[in-house]
Amino acid sequence: MSMISIKNVSKWYGDFQVLTDCTTDVKKGEVVVVCGPSGSGKSTLIKTVNALEPFQKGDIIVDGTSVGDAKTDLPKLRSRVGMVFQHFELFPHLSITENLTIAQERVLGRSKDEAMQKGLHYLDRVGLKAHAHKFPGQLSGGQQQRVAIARALAMDPIAMLFDEPTSALDPEMVNEVLDVMVELAQEGMTMMCVTHEMGFARKVANRVIFMDRGSIVEDCAKEEFFGNIEARSERARQFLSKILQH
Amino acid sequence: MDFSQIIPSMPGLVDGMLMTLKLLALSVVGGVALGTVLALLRLSSNPLLSGFAKAYVNYFRSIPLLLVITWFYLAVPMLLNWITGTFVSVGAFTSCLVAFMMFEAAYYCEIVRAGIQSIAKGQENAAYALGMSYGQAMRLIILPQAFRKMMPLLLQQSIILFQDTSLVYAVGLMDFLNAARSKGDIVGLPHEFLIFAGAVYFVISFGASLSVKRLQKRFAV
Repeated sequence: MSMISIKNVSKWYGDFQVLTDCTTDVKKGEVVVVCGPSGSGKSTLIKTVNALEPFQKGDIIVDGTSVGDAKTDLPKLRSRVGMVFQHFELFPHLSITENLTIAQERVLGRSKDEAMQKGLHYLDRVGLKAHAHKFPGQLSGGQQQRVAIARALAMDPIAMLFDEPTSALDPEMVNEVLDVMVELAQEGMTMMCVTHEMGFARKVANRVIFMDRGSIVEDCAKEEFFGNIEARSERARQFLSKILQH
Repeated sequence: MDFSQIIPSMPGLVDGMLMTLKLLALSVVGGVALGTVLALLRLSSNPLLSGFAKAYVNYFRSIPLLLVITWFYLAVPMLLNWITGTFVSVGAFTSCLVAFMMFEAAYYCEIVRAGIQSIAKGQENAAYALGMSYGQAMRLIILPQAFRKMMPLLLQQSIILFQDTSLVYAVGLMDFLNAARSKGDIVGLPHEFLIFAGAVYFVISFGASLSVKRLQKRFAV
């Protein structure tokens, strides 16, 4: 069953085309990694899934709901899809617990107690329960990103979108975030991840998508992507040789 | 120079200062509220709304405050009369308050707009990604951060307004300056009373300005 279905999506900024006829599919429980050189449109593509980026052509269906349809209740759709950003985007004026509960209460209408219980449950899962009363600025980047993941999970999302979740982190903090993501993947969460962490892709991805200049160039099973390099396109091989060298 | 007459005139002067502060407080609250609405309109993607806000701001920033005060003194009762169909007496205080709110809103709008724009786009995206509506994202996430950032500027603008409230003299409202002037005339010591009034304005404005600077340093950390 298809959870996220991207059909022939194209997007322009004025005359400049950023996405060209992108088509792919993320099934329930599937982990799809999106990679590609910077400027290839991968972040833009993932943001079209929850309509943070509008698109002009094609359609995206998330759990049966059309994202492009003007009649779609976008806030409602977004509340069902979790998203984790490159720069964490915790709300700096709110405490960690408030960050975890504000959308549960205001968007989902949960009671204070229920929201708090749920928030603390996920905070514990990412190993940060002791920091509940701090503010985002008092946490390290890796810790902030783990809180951001907990904040998204507390909404009980049907799928999670990750937009380069580790690229703003100091190297020693990358693993603590990846560990949480691996665990999540192994539990069967539907995930679409823009990342350059090929170790993560090898470990838990079902499929790998490679993008270049706004188009999806490769879209295949992980084993095929990493195991049969000769069959890959010129651009994908170049990219892989650059990031897998070290 | 004989400043001894100021003491017996104190009750009248205090009343004047209370009037000034009341006018200031209500104008700041109303001006910031209206200014925030204008800022949101100005940032709207709807060209009609943003065009209206832009025209409003440009208009009120291009005409003298004294003109607005005297004009509204005549216009507010007329307008209310026209709306309600009956004669309503509004008085100088209300018309001055409306004038200050609407005039200052143009200045507050620009401060609030800059404040909103200083909050990274990612914060708005994060709010939307959690399912918040535009109103929720603004109210719960963007504006609280923006107001924190622009507090020093809002206060600085309000200190200027504190001095500008003295323009209500033009429509005969008994604010602090007007009270000092009339008391001075009554006892025949206009110089002394104006010097005293100047000293009071200076101490309050300069003191407030220093506190804002201190606040700014504290917030910057």
